[in-house]
Amino acid sequence: MSSIDLKLVIWRQNNGDSLGDFETHVLRDISTDMSFLEMLDVLNEKLTKEGREPVAFDHDCREGICGMCGAVVNGIAHGPEKETTLCQLHMRKFNSGDTLVIEPFRSRAFPIKKDLMVDRSALDRIIQAGGFVSVNTGGAVDGNSIPIPTETAELAMDAAACIGCGACVASCPNGAAMLFTSAKISQLCLLPQGQPERKQRAAAMVAQMDKEGFGYCSNERECEAVCPKGISISNIARMNREYLKSTFFGR
Amino acid sequence: MELNPNVPSGPLADKWDTHRFACKLVNPANRRKFRIIVVGTGLAGASAAATLAELGYKVDAFCLHDSPRRAHSIAAQGGINAAKNYQNDGDSVFRLFYDTIKGGDFRAREANVYRLAQVSTNIIDQCVAQGVPFAREYGGSLANRSFGGAQVSRTFYARGQTGQQLLLGAYSALSRQIGKGGVTMYNRREMMDVVVVNGRARGIVVRNMINGAIETYAADAVLLCTGGYGNAYFLSTNAMASNVTAAWRACKRGAGFANPSFVQIHPTCIPVHGDYQSKLTLMSESLRNDGRVWVPKKQGDTRHPSQIPEDERDYYLENKYPSFGNLVPRDVASRNAKEQCDAGKGVGSTRLAVYLDFADAIKRDGEEVILRKYGNLFQMYEKITDSDPMKEPMMIYPAVHYTMGGLWVDYNLMTTIPGLFALGECNFSDHGANRLGASALMQGLADGYFIINTSVAHYFGSTALEKVDTGHEAFTKTAAEVSNRIDRMLKNSSGGPEGKVTVDEVHKQLGKLLWDNCGMARNKEGLEHALAQLPHLRQTFWERVYVPGAGRDINQSLERAGRVADFLEFAEFMIRDALAREESCGCHLREESQTDEHEALRDDTNYSHVSVWEYTGDDQPPALHKEPLQFENVTPTQRSYK
Ligand SMILES: Cc1cc2nc3c(=O)[nH]c(=O)nc-3n(C[C@H](O)[C@H](O)[C@H](O)COP(=O)(O)OP(=O)(O)OC[C@H]3O[C@@H](n4cnc5c(N)ncnc54)[C@H](O)[C@@H]3O)c2cc1C
Ligand code: SF4
Ligand code: FES
Repeated sequence: MSSIDLKLVIWRQNNGDSLGDFETHVLRDISTDMSFLEMLDVLNEKLTKEGREPVAFDHDCREGICGMCGAVVNGIAHGPEKETTLCQLHMRKFNSGDTLVIEPFRSRAFPIKKDLMVDRSALDRIIQAGGFVSVNTGGAVDGNSIPIPTETAELAMDAAACIGCGACVASCPNGAAMLFTSAKISQLCLLPQGQPERKQRAAAMVAQMDKEGFGYCSNERECEAVCPKGISISNIARMNREYLKSTFFGR
Repeated sequence: MELNPNVPSGPLADKWDTHRFACKLVNPANRRKFRIIVVGTGLAGASAAATLAELGYKVDAFCLHDSPRRAHSIAAQGGINAAKNYQNDGDSVFRLFYDTIKGGDFRAREANVYRLAQVSTNIIDQCVAQGVPFAREYGGSLANRSFGGAQVSRTFYARGQTGQQLLLGAYSALSRQIGKGGVTMYNRREMMDVVVVNGRARGIVVRNMINGAIETYAADAVLLCTGGYGNAYFLSTNAMASNVTAAWRACKRGAGFANPSFVQIHPTCIPVHGDYQSKLTLMSESLRNDGRVWVPKKQGDTRHPSQIPEDERDYYLENKYPSFGNLVPRDVASRNAKEQCDAGKGVGSTRLAVYLDFADAIKRDGEEVILRKYGNLFQMYEKITDSDPMKEPMMIYPAVHYTMGGLWVDYNLMTTIPGLFALGECNFSDHGANRLGASALMQGLADGYFIINTSVAHYFGSTALEKVDTGHEAFTKTAAEVSNRIDRMLKNSSGGPEGKVTVDEVHKQLGKLLWDNCGMARNKEGLEHALAQLPHLRQTFWERVYVPGAGRDINQSLERAGRVADFLEFAEFMIRDALAREESCGCHLREESQTDEHEALRDDTNYSHVSVWEYTGDDQPPALHKEPLQFENVTPTQRSYK
């Protein structure tokens, strides 16, 4: 097991109303087997021991699935490794002596709460606007009475794998939430269950995106590059088609 | 404490129908007059909140995450069981019932488990209707696989992300109700206490995790869906924020706690590798279909695995259990791994690991086949450990995974506090002393989608509830107690950290104490030692723990401190329960109770019961009550996997 020394330049901000600034810390003897969040744990234990306030950051599963962690590391959301959440990024990907600049996901629609912690509830509200199939509990028909070809199920699953982390928004120059929204729209419009509400859904979710202050896609592809789940921008093309259909051809 | 399980009479297969007919209903126009609090929005809570709101009740839902979609349920990998018999391999409701009861080593209530098996089929239909993208066969029908403890293929799955997709399904149903106004969602609120008025649960006290405000909410019924307490051990496969607080606070207000020592240790996890480690990662049980488990025959053999010749390896599971081999159930596999490491045959730098070797399977089936089957798991393993399982064996070790113990509930999922219900992993009801794979997801959704609606209607329909709001003195009093407790935790914050310890340091000590003495194998001496250590640890916590920051602010150290304080109290229940149960069963081996061949020895004469613990005061030992278990439809037999 080897270890490295690092310089952290990390964003500190007390709350949404206060001004933030970068703070520098030096960490020595960081085991290369640590995850990025474990490295932050070590920093926080150190700060606590020094009588200072630890850095606030969101996280929970530490398995790359809950979508709660995330920060921008040296300009890249979730850090430099492809298709990896911050909690699954390991320190062996860095070299001794590296400087790491760590900032929160920044976007107009994601207000900063504290340090690296942001409010991503705008994404929830997009789902609340129509990211579901309107079916009450009870009385569903037998699962096998809705046959779905394997390829369709797989395509739907590819889209459904989005963890709602918001990295796509943070990396987009326009602060668009289109990769996230299109993933849900795609999942449901590919499946037979999603057909009845197909048009309202696209219209309502896009309208909510607008209302939340997200921008629009201008094909920068930054979202796809940072998405930890490899969600493809072909979903955005599909969403645009769905949206057009919903506006031009009515409900 | 009165323990009436309220199991309906009559034949097993008819109980649920009989019960549903006997239960009172609430007419649709009256439902909107009732307010229900749902704490926790994992599978159990999200499905319950959505279902009750669809019926017309007013629902307030709470979770400690920034969004309900983050609940720990999201992490489940393997799948969910249902007695669909789609594969025509002889599955039935009764067989799922039987496998679950036997898997739990005959320590669960028959009627509940049977009902679980009955509604399991509706769960799959419900989820399909929501658009959950389950794996499909080429003909378009649903695909299944098999899982430990079953000889039929009844597990439904969505890649390795079944929990994620099921939760997103329930979350979408919940989101729809939030959008419609049927559910008011309170994110980033941590429940700190239950409010009891005239013996009934009438509300909760929460801490707003953004501004630290202590808030109170009143309702006609309270549902706890707050998950399991595996994090008492510090290291576990649970998400970091999983905790016992809600259940423990309910317990202190009079809810009985059942089987607190029943903790499942999962055999195939990535081993601990450093003292900075924050959590353990599960590797799916399915790997044991092709991986062979072994250790070197010689103690302290530090050679690279490739340097250890075949005849110097001990394939201990295959040798000891010739008919089940590497596919013995979780409890057996876990105990044997520990036994090997305790005997000095562990591998890796910490010596607390065994090999899971795919070399033979690769030779037999070819790299491509193995990669197709396990590719994503291999990748995950490689990401964490930097070692490629295609080239050298994986290293695995057991880790705390799931808690079968929980709040005691009757057939209606109601705790011993009227109006307080517990759903999902938070209750004790369906898994006995060991949980089979793919059945926790099933239980969470069964409780939330299909059972609680009947219970809640019956409770409202048969109970005269007085009007209570948050102005009631019980609310102000409970809220004041919560505030005082927070102030006490922050009192060491002044004067800097000199001579003080951090929350994590105390939590790690508690975890080690529990793991060493109340883990996979326990004995009287160790348990008594642990019990004697607890007061010191609690004292260290209250006198020396340093919690930086303020209460009226986002303060993650304070959040952790509150949870650890509750683990420190609750641990006493776990240890006392383990001490009282002088038998081995399921995941729990009492070293004093073994067969001549070192297998777990159950004692049905003395321990065929649920142990229910009642809190009697901070400085008092808890009182033990017993719910006897009756088996009318299955005959408890000694489990053997030889
Ligand atoms: C890695 C892993 C893999 C698994 N794989 C499988 C599998 O393949 N098949 C299977 O059947 N089971 C599996 N399980 C088990 C299963 O995932 C859990 O038992 C189940 O999801 C628990 O669901 P729940 O709804 O009861 O609780 P959780 O999903 O844990 O939800 C708890 C909720 O309560 C909230 N909460 C907790 N405390 C408070 C509080 N004080 N105040 C406010 N809110 C609170 C949380 O925010 C959350 O919303 C797995 C578990 C793990 C750890
Ligand atoms: S699309 Fe990718 S980056 Fe965006 S929220 Fe989903 S998982 Fe995260
Ligand atoms: S902590 Fe859950 S995805 Fe990183």
